[in-house]
Amino acid sequence: MKYILLPIAMMAILSACVEEERQLPIYGEVDIVEGDTIYHTIRDFTFMDQDSQIITNETFADHIYIADFFFTTCPTICPKVKQQLIRVRDAFPDEGRLKFLSHSIDTRRDSVPTLRKFADKLNISSDRWHLVTGDKKDLYDIAEDYFSIAKEDPNAPGGYDHSGYIILVDKNRHIRAYCDGTDPDKVDAFMKDIQKLIDEIDEG
Amino acid sequence: MKAKLIAIWFAALGIILISNCTSSKGQQGEYLYNVYCAPCHMEDGNGLERLYPPLNQADFLAENQEHIPCIIRHGIEGKIIVNGVEFNEPMAGIEDLNDVEINNIINYINQAWDNDIPTVNFKTTEERLQQCP
Repeated sequence: MKYILLPIAMMAILSACVEEERQLPIYGEVDIVEGDTIYHTIRDFTFMDQDSQIITNETFADHIYIADFFFTTCPTICPKVKQQLIRVRDAFPDEGRLKFLSHSIDTRRDSVPTLRKFADKLNISSDRWHLVTGDKKDLYDIAEDYFSIAKEDPNAPGGYDHSGYIILVDKNRHIRAYCDGTDPDKVDAFMKDIQKLIDEIDEG
Repeated sequence: MKAKLIAIWFAALGIILISNCTSSKGQQGEYLYNVYCAPCHMEDGNGLERLYPPLNQADFLAENQEHIPCIIRHGIEGKIIVNGVEFNEPMAGIEDLNDVEINNIINYINQAWDNDIPTVNFKTTEERLQQCP
């Protein structure tokens, strides 16, 4: 009898492993409120994109999206992150459920027309990719929700300090993956995570 | 015998110093390129879409060799056409670089990737820098 149980136990353990590998984690602090598990969630937001459209959490309802922080005159890491994001977009050309949300942290220079020009030069279209501006405090505050840094710093190149992370958010506003958007190898691994999240939607 | 040994020793030292010089020169151009230029023009020299122009296989680079030192030092503004594509994004100059460093960057770019533009000697770069507008 013992010998029959052993393979069953092993199979259970193995399938648990496989299951765990397929599901992406939910990142961030977890609260237990009255027995319910509350995961880290992106707060409500309202911004405006390069085509003067109002962009809120609702824009991404039933979608997954990749968020990042940048500014158009950034002389350091932003162009590289944009290059990698373009690579991600082009790797999922027909995946309408995957969108992009790039927050400009330079509210002084990056007006809507400036963002529009920038988008045109990078062949970025607002049906999938929103370059947004908005209230400065809202932009800097929401960076924290995405585990990112965004702040003014006169000593930083271009006048702003920020991290080059790209962050994958699911339709429940939870962060499911993130990586250094300047590193092509890490972005390769990140793209596998995107595929896992898409598979998760497909499986319901 | 002793004199011969000393001569050999000096010759060896000379060779080491020269080879060090040339190799560090090549490395300096590449290193400086990656620090100052690659953020926009990218490590592969292919630029970024219609925002930042390529340097790899770029007609503008080959045809404007006499202007490149001043563009690196003082930047460039306005419309330019590179391989038939219009670019119009201001580039900031890098005032911190001295003449030698600029020369090394140019020689790295001219020979990097698929480029095969003749290298430029230091005197030429120096003269071009003196004539910057």
